[in-house]
Amino acid sequence: MEVTNDKGMPMPSELKRLVHFASLEKVLNMARAHSIWPLGFGLACCAIEALMGTNGPRYDLSRFGYEVMRPTPRQADVMVVAGTITTKSAPFVLRLWEQMAEPKWCIAVGSCAISGGPFVDSYFVVPGARQIIPVDVYVPGCPPRPDAIIDGFLKLRAKILDPKVVEL
Amino acid sequence: MEKKLSEIISELKEKFPQIKTSEETISVSTEDLLGLMQELKNSFGFNYLTNLTAADYPADAKGKGDGDEAEDDGEMEIVYNLTSVYEKLYLTVKARVSRKNPEIPSVFPVWGGANWQEREVYDLFGIVFTGHPNLKRILLTDNFEGYPLRKDYQWVGGRK
Repeated sequence: MEVTNDKGMPMPSELKRLVHFASLEKVLNMARAHSIWPLGFGLACCAIEALMGTNGPRYDLSRFGYEVMRPTPRQADVMVVAGTITTKSAPFVLRLWEQMAEPKWCIAVGSCAISGGPFVDSYFVVPGARQIIPVDVYVPGCPPRPDAIIDGFLKLRAKILDPKVVEL
Repeated sequence: MEKKLSEIISELKEKFPQIKTSEETISVSTEDLLGLMQELKNSFGFNYLTNLTAADYPADAKGKGDGDEAEDDGEMEIVYNLTSVYEKLYLTVKARVSRKNPEIPSVFPVWGGANWQEREVYDLFGIVFTGHPNLKRILLTDNFEGYPLRKDYQWVGGRK
């Protein structure tokens, strides 16, 4: 079978695997999805699992190119909210979220960041990160294991590559 | 200064006849508190305030004391855990205040570490420490209403 490009012109078969045609958005999404720079927002015990355990040698988030987990909104794509958001810390979560450049996503790690967790009825706990900021991926657990965090990152990668996967 | 705790407590009993003592605990009135604490630090070497906390004892067990009618609204107890680092001794001092007018002298002049711990007790119980250098809320926001660790604290909210 003769290999042709999208214009119907014949082309060497080696180039077929090297040259791709796609919309610019798809190319950019591919770059975004494979080089997530997270802003690690550790608020409580979940930070040990989500930010330290996952970055440690055993689970090694760096394999996926999500190496640069810094506590700053500079260049960050994803905010990893790990821990209990109290009424006092909520303004800081929102402020850092607003300081991040678009496009940006959010991963809520653990019961507390999802819904307030065991402290949902407390007098000083925000019932979930989504009360403040839009959340893309929820990682359940108390605490979630590091491999669950990695799974959350991969779910987010699928969403960035093709936003249609989350449409109903 | 090799002294056992029982000796220390009996010596204190001579100096402060009003205090109630048990094996490792001293109950003291708010008037005697500061003098006793200074004595404990300067003469008996209790140089470290391990912990300062409080407990709420409302008049009725359910904690729904009616402030207007009830003559006795109950009490709150402030608990000081003291350590003598050199002698390896541990001592508990307790003082009670009324829930209506919870005021007690600050022990910040004796142990500087009491600063934040007294702020925390003020934050969660509403006990006022007179003479404290900076008595404002430390855990909750300044505009927070009520004192959450009191037994009659009611709060509606949370899950939606």
